Amino acid sequence: MFDSSSSIIVGLEIGTSKVCAVVGELHADGALNIVGLGQARSRGVRKGEICDAPMAEEDVRHAIVEAEQMADVEIRSVYLGVTGGHLRGFNNRGVHPVVSADREITDADVQDVIKNAKTINLPAQNHVVHAIRQHFLIDGQDGITNPVGMLGARMEVDVHVVHGNLNRLQNAIRSDKGLQLEVDDIVFTGLASSLALLTNEQKELGSLVIDIGGGTTDYVVYANGIIKHTGVLAVGGDHVSNDLAYGLKVPLSRAEQLKIEHGSALMEEPPCAGQTITIANELGMPLKVINLENLRRIMSLRLEEIFQLIMQDLEQVDTLNYLRAGVFLCGGGSRIPQIAKLAEQTLQMPVSIGKTNSISGLKSALDQPEFATAIGLVKFGSFQQRKRAAKGSITDGIKSTLGQIFKRSGT
Amino acid sequence: MSMDDTNQLPPEPSPAPLPARVPVRVFGAGAAGIKVCENLMAAGMPAGVFFALDSDPRSLAASSAVEKLPLTVPRARDMDAGAGCRFEPPPVLKAALGGAELIFIVTGLGGSTGTMLGPLLARAAKEAGALTLAFVTMPFDFEGTRKKQAARDGLEELLQAADGVICLPNQKLSKLIDGNTSFVEAFKLSNELLADALRGIWRLRTRQGPVELHFEQLCELLRDQHTESAFAVAEAEGPNRSVEVLEKLLAHPMLEGGQILTEADSVLVSLLGGPDLTLADVNSVMEQLSSKCEGAQVSMGASIDDSFRNRLAVTVIAGRQPVPEIGVRQRGSAEPLNHQLLGRSETKPESRFVPPPPVLPPERMNQMLRQSGGRGRKSSPKLRQTQLPLEIISKGRFDKSEPTIHRGEDLDVPTYIRRGISLN
Repeated sequence: MFDSSSSIIVGLEIGTSKVCAVVGELHADGALNIVGLGQARSRGVRKGEICDAPMAEEDVRHAIVEAEQMADVEIRSVYLGVTGGHLRGFNNRGVHPVVSADREITDADVQDVIKNAKTINLPAQNHVVHAIRQHFLIDGQDGITNPVGMLGARMEVDVHVVHGNLNRLQNAIRSDKGLQLEVDDIVFTGLASSLALLTNEQKELGSLVIDIGGGTTDYVVYANGIIKHTGVLAVGGDHVSNDLAYGLKVPLSRAEQLKIEHGSALMEEPPCAGQTITIANELGMPLKVINLENLRRIMSLRLEEIFQLIMQDLEQVDTLNYLRAGVFLCGGGSRIPQIAKLAEQTLQMPVSIGKTNSISGLKSALDQPEFATAIGLVKFGSFQQRKRAAKGSITDGIKSTLGQIFKRSGT
Repeated sequence: MSMDDTNQLPPEPSPAPLPARVPVRVFGAGAAGIKVCENLMAAGMPAGVFFALDSDPRSLAASSAVEKLPLTVPRARDMDAGAGCRFEPPPVLKAALGGAELIFIVTGLGGSTGTMLGPLLARAAKEAGALTLAFVTMPFDFEGTRKKQAARDGLEELLQAADGVICLPNQKLSKLIDGNTSFVEAFKLSNELLADALRGIWRLRTRQGPVELHFEQLCELLRDQHTESAFAVAEAEGPNRSVEVLEKLLAHPMLEGGQILTEADSVLVSLLGGPDLTLADVNSVMEQLSSKCEGAQVSMGASIDDSFRNRLAVTVIAGRQPVPEIGVRQRGSAEPLNHQLLGRSETKPESRFVPPPPVLPPERMNQMLRQSGGRGRKSSPKLRQTQLPLEIISKGRFDKSEPTIHRGEDLDVPTYIRRGISLN
């Protein structure tokens, strides 16, 4: 911990069902190691957004304290995951003419064109969470990832912009500020999950990551190594429980339990025709008999609908045909038995449960689909840190060269 | 509508020259129709195209229309005896209809004159070979069920007779009216709204524009969906007009805050601007409107009028396909229940949970009732007893949170309920 060559990165996800903090250690050689994990049941969040700030703050405190104890560090700043039905993703293009005499594209040109692409007409209350660079186009030539040093007259760049309502984003940030935590950056949780799950090859081939959380379902589409599309559906595992509570006429907590113990995404598997579940009270007296078929039907319909809605959205932005690596599920919802099979049937694509294997440390504890987002947040943080370090070294370099010049003029 | 409007303008002695042979004619039938025509003439529409029809000489005398046709309306008793089919338009009416290409019929349904005369007029106009479009108002709820029933019957007949019907249920105005609005003003407002709609369509017809919207298109839109059509007209002036006009439109009571647009299957937008109408204006209006009605077919027309410099008027007509009948139940118990549908639910002991019923306008309910045969009404008092408010679907833990609406569906309501799948 006292080794100055490593820095601590913390990912914090304030989810609908749990608050999760993951502590990562970034070594000087670029290796990322997870050293701590803390989680707490979340009580102040609905549909991915905070609805009871004091309660949420308390839960965050629990999670952070647990993570601090486990990692034996003091957490000062976090990368915060944000989600909610108000987040929207779309693609935007920026154009910039290359004006230098020799038509060589410089770093400044690249910065300019990205700046142009980021200037979007958004309602005043909206805030851009991410503006992710896709590919550059030079004089109409597509697919250029780094144009510095190339020749051209007209440079364009596509960015994927994720934006949301500023006030609602601020709510999550404020709950951390109350705990004396700095927020390094806010990250769309779907993006974080995809960072944790996907390898570069999968991004290149084209994949869809669906994070079925408690309150929201986030999804991200990668194709040709870049983010093509993102989206949030404010429907998640909570809705499944709620549907069950309503349909089977049981309390919500019981519905949650039934979902976990007897739930399945498919009607037929495992076979359930005619089976019933008897709910007993603490004395063992039967309280209620529930038809397993009904339970499955309610769950299956809801989950199927989630996949259908995602598919409709992807059809609309025309990205369905890019997904050659298939679909990866994560989040608590991906623990539902047979969900991959249901997704396969609905989306007509190979579907698997994502593995967070792109990171080392605490392997067995972390390889759970629920932690994908928090781990992804740490990973996002490590990218930012490296970028910052790289920038720092450039300015250092400039400083030293300037120093040399002055030295020379001094002599 | 048929209430006597006391602060109407005093009757003006009109010189009554023969009307020029214009292809468009407006017939105001009954007291309400005549008043709407007065409104239109006051707004500067040529008086030559207006015809006032009424059986009541007093309201005819109050009209400043050029042509006044006192008519005797066949009494309801005679109509029931089959006289309606044999109703011969008097020669004076035939003459008025002759040579017109397009005929607007304006009337208030529910009263004695308009209800009878409207369909007859429409039929006669059709026989004369004109496109017929009727603008009608439905009575307020407080005017009594008998009047409402009469209005529904009238509308039903009008729908069959005319090419298109635009219907303004007065009850919808209650949103527009605050506690201080006088009784008389409420009716005036209704007249004004109807006049607005007529003017909007009139413009569509009479002004030449770069993007023409054919009248046939309009009729097609209105023909099958008339019971659910809603219209709104808004005008704005000044440099910011494209934004203002949209705001006005979306605030229009007939569109229910844009909700109607979201549910519409087809939307017709007509823009009228001066020569200074910019593409950006048109674009921004259309873009905003289209985004409101993603599921609908949108057709648009734009026309230019020199007098509209620095002004922009937008007319929106939204139509919706009649709701399919399967699985439909009515909300509340005030309306007689569809006999056939109830029969279905009686025989099958399915889930207690029913999908949230689509909100049906009274006209539609009535139509469904008719289809189920005459027995429905007789047994309705008995059926009313069985209606329980089962449709209240609690959203459980999402009750208080912001609803997740996706294409008009509330995703917080369990999927199986929305799809109407029963649990056994």
